[in-house]
Amino acid sequence: MSLEIRTFRRRKLVNLLASAAALSCVVVALIPLASILVEVAVKGYGALSWGFISNPIIPGGGIGNAILGTLQLVFYASLVGLPVGILTGIYVSEFGDNVFGRTIRFFNDVLANFPSIVIGLLAYSLFITYFGFSILLGAIALAIIMIPVVANTTEEALRMVPNSLREASLALGVPRWKTVLKIMISNGKAGMVTGALLAIARITGETAPILVTARYSYYWALSPSDPTASLPVAIWFNALDQSVTAQQEAWGAALILIILVLSLNIVVRLLTRRNRFSNSYQMVKKSWLRKSKQSA
Amino acid sequence: MAQKIETERLNAYFGAVHAVKDVDLGIPENKITAIIGPSGCGKSTLIRCFNRMHEVVHGARVTGKVMLDGKNIYDADMDPVLVRTKVGMVFQKPNPFPTMSIYDNVAAGLRLNGVKDWNRLDKTVEKSLKLAALWDEVKHQLDASGVSISGGQQQRLCIARALAVEPEALLLDEPCSALDPIATAKIEDLLFDLKNSYTIVIVTHNMQQAARIADYTAFMYMGELIEFGVTKTIFEAPDKELTEKYITGRFG
Repeated sequence: MSLEIRTFRRRKLVNLLASAAALSCVVVALIPLASILVEVAVKGYGALSWGFISNPIIPGGGIGNAILGTLQLVFYASLVGLPVGILTGIYVSEFGDNVFGRTIRFFNDVLANFPSIVIGLLAYSLFITYFGFSILLGAIALAIIMIPVVANTTEEALRMVPNSLREASLALGVPRWKTVLKIMISNGKAGMVTGALLAIARITGETAPILVTARYSYYWALSPSDPTASLPVAIWFNALDQSVTAQQEAWGAALILIILVLSLNIVVRLLTRRNRFSNSYQMVKKSWLRKSKQSA
Repeated sequence: MAQKIETERLNAYFGAVHAVKDVDLGIPENKITAIIGPSGCGKSTLIRCFNRMHEVVHGARVTGKVMLDGKNIYDADMDPVLVRTKVGMVFQKPNPFPTMSIYDNVAAGLRLNGVKDWNRLDKTVEKSLKLAALWDEVKHQLDASGVSISGGQQQRLCIARALAVEPEALLLDEPCSALDPIATAKIEDLLFDLKNSYTIVIVTHNMQQAARIADYTAFMYMGELIEFGVTKTIFEAPDKELTEKYITGRFG
């Protein structure tokens, strides 16, 4: 009896220690995150003003064209990178059970870990003669960075969908492509959205490949074939400048970059969370309820 | 006695594993046929050959013939998708689509095959849920998620979903192994009612279940069909010693 109580106490103590250790690790992991957010918010807050976000870099010292430049770069890169990445992921997961599929997966893994400056230089050397230093050239580099990330996370998300659902659909006589489209994707959607967001967040913060493609500009980019400033590059140039205003502006640009990425995350999460299970059939259901009420 | 499904020297493989060996078996029309045998004897693989679901697994192969109404479903001009609309399947673990409501689950087979007529969908959903003896329990919550109901109800939902595409035969792969006795009894009752209009093949671990509901029983061992016959004969006076040993629980 006393032995049992002793081992019981020991077990409770071990449990307590393990929980405490796990919790302290969480705290340690959160400290840098929190301190970055606080530091950027405190130092960048002073720079924020309407003029700061609406004026181009020269004259008057805003970062409006850098914000717009980043948005444009991300938009054009996503326009290519998301569909290509998603379709690649779907192919590899659902139809890639062959040499070709395995080869694509291998190169995806390699490409996903490529230094981004190299990809920037690749885009530069291949396409500079066609596009010049421009938003489009930058978007090409960012799209190349994006594709393997999106492809890998899409593949992963589809692999998480239980095989029993795939079989259930096939056994109903639903063709394979429709099973993928209607069953696999709707069940793996959450993971695919997360992957797309991660990829967008990653390219939003890319600096090096932009330096050699979209370069930098003090003025508004009037078309996608113009070079442009972007938030990461604006942060970099301002941070190199020792003057007080430049330093402050670097922090301000960093704060806006973080706000951009965070708010995109939150908005997309809210949009995709609302419908946990299908409402695409709401219409059918409603018509059915209406009729059953009438007949009742 | 008409044969709905007939196999001729049917062999099924997973890569190098020979799971079903030279099976010749006739499944009588509008009867319940049970397939019994120890774990890993190939009984699930056998019925997965009846609607071409075996080949869905990577590295799986089939040789021999499976005649459905006298036509070999493995002929080059047979579309597996078409075969599966004629021969429905219910799996061991209830697998309703979690992203769909109860209504949508039942309608899924038709909708995904392009049926857009709401009247037809409504009628089919109601009819299928009634056939699956689930209608009274879910008629007021058709918009609830397909996985919000109990395990037994989910399995009947899966039966309703399979019936909604109006198959001629229904294959059930240990449909009650995850269910309690009450839910099991409900499914057995419902299969009994269904056999008037459907050919039913049920794989089961539960010999009492086979004895209760099946008109015919097939006993498989190590991938081979050992014995097939009227259930009463198989259970009371089997031909083969192996069958008797299994039935009386001396191995398995």
